[in-house]
Amino acid sequence: MAKLRTPVGPHDHIIGKTSAEITLVEYGDYECSHCGHAYPLIKKLTRDFSNDLLFVFRNFPLQQSHPYAMIAAQAAEAAGVQNKFWEMHDLIYEHQDELDESNLSYFAETLNLDMDKFENDLQSQNVISKIESDFESGIRSGVNGTPTFFINDKRLDSYDGTYESLADAVRNE
Amino acid sequence: MILQKGTAAPDFELNSTPDQKLKLSDLKGKRVVIAFYPADWSPVCTDQMGLYNETLKIFHKYNAEVLGISVDSKWCHLAFAKHRKIRFPLLADFEPKGKVSKEYGAYNDEEGNSKRALFVLDENGIIQWSYLSPEGINPGADCILDALDEMNKEK
Repeated sequence: MAKLRTPVGPHDHIIGKTSAEITLVEYGDYECSHCGHAYPLIKKLTRDFSNDLLFVFRNFPLQQSHPYAMIAAQAAEAAGVQNKFWEMHDLIYEHQDELDESNLSYFAETLNLDMDKFENDLQSQNVISKIESDFESGIRSGVNGTPTFFINDKRLDSYDGTYESLADAVRNE
Repeated sequence: MILQKGTAAPDFELNSTPDQKLKLSDLKGKRVVIAFYPADWSPVCTDQMGLYNETLKIFHKYNAEVLGISVDSKWCHLAFAKHRKIRFPLLADFEPKGKVSKEYGAYNDEEGNSKRALFVLDENGIIQWSYLSPEGINPGADCILDALDEMNKEK
């Protein structure tokens, strides 16, 4: 059974309370259509289980298959530097078919980010290292493709693309 | 049974592109990850080879090169590698069919293709770890990195 090797910590982007009993970690790629499919399911899940669930998103860009996966991850992390990670994350998944550099800048503008800072952070070593270390933690934890979920550190192999499979996994914890 | 830890990996010379061959013994001094897999284009293999493609940077930190081997022809490998932007050699165990796979104990006689088997060789070409995966399951890269970590510890 594959296990999450890097515990959830202060470097992670989270939704929910850190005191929640159940932690769900997603390794995702912004250009992956299966991750796009999971995005509204996760939204609903974090609403329906808001008292019990802590959700974490980690980057797993498959750069050779998805040319915009890495730059999109950089954009979300760069927005995160200005405390707008989730807003950017959501915009990207809601416009998954329109990912390119100019649209990512446009998303940053609509979030009223400091654009000079955003453009700088986008290519910064901190942002790139964060994404690479997310990726490596995923590889070492047995992530073979995206999206891969871990529920309380155990890899969730029962996710079948449905909301129910996620909700059942949460209920069964 | 597939070849086990402590065995010298049988040498081979196979086509890596239509006009180039790769000889295992030419990689001495490097660690080598050999991934036998059933077929180009099949969904699970595509995920597995795609994953190793993305993990190359981490493998290289361990001084390790990756080789994929299946019974597909050099032209099939070429098209597959191009399509998936695979940046490591895919070797054609094509003629005599499956000869190398058989030497490693990684040939499926019933289906006529390589099994899904992994081998990690040290700098001297000695197998330090091997694993036979169920054919339909992507074994991932975590087990390979664990084996490479273990080799670092033993050094």
